[in-house]
Amino acid sequence: MKLEGEVRIPSGCAIAAVIDRDGGRIPGNLTAEAMRPMHERSNGLGGGFAGYGIYPEYRDFYALHFFFNDRTARKDCEAFLKERFEIVKSELIPTRKIPAVTDEPVIWRYFVDPLKSVLLSEQVDEREFVVRTVMKINTENRGGYVFSSGKNMGAFKAVGYPEDVAEFYRLEEYEGYAWTAHGRYPTNTPGWWGGAHPFTLLDWSVVHNGEISSYDANRRWIEMFGYKCTLQTDTEVITYIMDYLLRRQGLTLEEAASVVAAPFWSSIEREADPGKREKLSYLRTVFPSLLVTGPFSIILGFDGGLMALNDRLKLRSMVVGEKGTRVYIASEEAAIRAMEPEIETVFAPAGGEPVIVTLNRKEGGEE
Amino acid sequence: MTTLYAKELDHRALNEAIRQAGDSVRITGCAGQRFIGAGMSGGSIEIVGIPGNALGAYLNGAQITVNGNAQDAVGDTMNGGRIVVRGSIGDAAGYAMRGGEIYVRDNAGYRAGIHMKEYRDKVPVIVIGGCAGSFLGEYQAGGMIVVLGLGADGRGIVGDFPCTGMHGGRMFLRGDCRGIVFPPQVTAREASEQDLEAIRGPVGEFAALFGLDAAGLLASPYTVVTPDSANPYRRMYVEN
Repeated sequence: MKLEGEVRIPSGCAIAAVIDRDGGRIPGNLTAEAMRPMHERSNGLGGGFAGYGIYPEYRDFYALHFFFNDRTARKDCEAFLKERFEIVKSELIPTRKIPAVTDEPVIWRYFVDPLKSVLLSEQVDEREFVVRTVMKINTENRGGYVFSSGKNMGAFKAVGYPEDVAEFYRLEEYEGYAWTAHGRYPTNTPGWWGGAHPFTLLDWSVVHNGEISSYDANRRWIEMFGYKCTLQTDTEVITYIMDYLLRRQGLTLEEAASVVAAPFWSSIEREADPGKREKLSYLRTVFPSLLVTGPFSIILGFDGGLMALNDRLKLRSMVVGEKGTRVYIASEEAAIRAMEPEIETVFAPAGGEPVIVTLNRKEGGEE
Repeated sequence: MTTLYAKELDHRALNEAIRQAGDSVRITGCAGQRFIGAGMSGGSIEIVGIPGNALGAYLNGAQITVNGNAQDAVGDTMNGGRIVVRGSIGDAAGYAMRGGEIYVRDNAGYRAGIHMKEYRDKVPVIVIGGCAGSFLGEYQAGGMIVVLGLGADGRGIVGDFPCTGMHGGRMFLRGDCRGIVFPPQVTAREASEQDLEAIRGPVGEFAALFGLDAAGLLASPYTVVTPDSANPYRRMYVEN
C-alpha cells in the first residue's frame, strides 16, 4: 500500500441536500445524482442519506433503524425494546443486492410508541425517553446499533460510494420533503457501517465534511449530560450537541449556530448592535466547550427543515442554490446543477453564517 | 476547434481528450470534472458548464475561458497563461500562484490569492470585478491582487481579515476601504498616480474582456495595501 505523500490523496467528503419549502415530494435518489460529479470526494468507505417526511403512514411513531450483527442480536434487542415500547410494525429494511455493497449487517426497522407506564415511572418526557433508550442500546454492546430514531424520517447508510448506497437501499422508492446526503472519505477513523453519515438522534441528522479539532473537548462536555459517543467518528458529537442545545436548552437554530461556530472575540467586539454583541458574548461564555473548531461544513436536518453551516474560518466549501420552492445545498456547484440544471440563484454562505430553510407550512397542513 | 461533450466523462477521460484534441478546445456539458487543463503550456480551452475544483492547476501558458461560474482552487499553483471566468469563483483562487493572470467578472470566495508569490519577471495577477470573501491575500508573498467591487452596493468589497500574514506583493482595492480592518503588519493608503501605473494594464484588460469602460474604472480612488517592511513578522514566532 502506498502512503500519503507517495500517492496524492485528495481530501474532502461530499455533502448535499434538498428541501421543498411547500412540502412537495422529492424522490430519495435525487441527492444521489448530486454525488456523481463529486465522486472523487469519497473513497467508498461510507455513504448515507436522511429523508424527511418519508413515513407519513406511521408519522406518529418513532422509526428506529437498526444494524444487527446477527439474528441473535436482533432477538435480544427486540426483547429489550418490548419492555419499553409498543412495537407497531417490525420489518427488514428493503435492500437490493449489488456487487458494490457487501458484508451488510441485518438491517431492520421498528415503528414504536413508548409505553406510557414506563414513561411515568422514569419521569421523563417521550423524547428524552427515546434518547435514553438509544444511548443504552448503543453502549451496551448487544450487537445492535440504532442509527435512526426520529418520527417520519429515516437515515440510510452503508460502507460504499453514496451512489451505490442509494441503489442498495432502493431510495427511489421513498419520497420526502427534504433529503440530506453524504459521501465519506474517512481520514482518522475506521470506515464501518455505523461510522457512515448521517449521524442522527430523534429527528436531528447531521452530514459533515471536515474534521473536528475540538472533538475530545466537545465529547467530554456532552457526555456529562447522558450522551455517549460510541460510533468512532467525530461527527457524532455534533448531532448530540445540536440535540442538547436545541431540544434540552431550547436555543434557536441561529443561537445554536453561534455556539458551535462562534465568531472570534475580535469580531464580537466590532459588532455594531449592542444587543447582538451581548448575546454572542453570552453564548460564547456559557457554552465555551461546545465551540467546534477545525474545518467543517455541515447540514443539519430536523423536523420541518434544514440548516447549513460552515466553520467560522470557512475551511470547507459549501454552495446554496434556489429554484422555485426548492433549495439545494452541496459542497460543489456542479452537484447542485446535477440536481437542478436550471438553478435560478447560487451563492456561497460566509463562514459561521447559518442558512436555515423551513417548510412554509407543516406537511399535511397540521400544527 | 474541437468540441468535447463532457457530461459522461470523468476527469481523467476529459483531460486525456483535451490533450488529444489539439490547440483549441471547446468543452460543453461540463459537470464538475477536476483539474481541467492542468499543466498545459499552450492552446486554449473554452468551457460551458461548471468546471470542477483546481481548474488550470499548474497552468503553464494555456488560455482558459469559463462561460459561467468556477469552483474552488482555480489556478492552483499556476505558473503562466490566463484564466478568464465570466461569473464567480469559489474559495482559494490562485492558491500559491506564481505566474499568469486570472480575471473574474463577478465575485470570489474566501482566501483568493492565498500564498501568491513572485520572482523576477514572474509576477502573477488576479483581478476580481465584484467582491472578495474573507482572508483575501492570506500569506500573500508576491504578485498583485485587484478588487474592483462592482455591484457592491455599499457593502465592503472584501470580507474579514484581508491580508492576514501578508509579507510581499501588492493589493489594490477600488474605493477608500473605510470600515475594513487590516492587520498591523500592513499599510493601507490611498494609491498615488504612480501606484496606479501598475494596474492600468490589468484593469484595461479586464474592461476589454467584459465590455466595460477602463477609463471609468481607473478614475476612482484606489487603496493600495503593502506589507510594512521586508520582514513584518519579525519576532512573532522566534528571534530572526
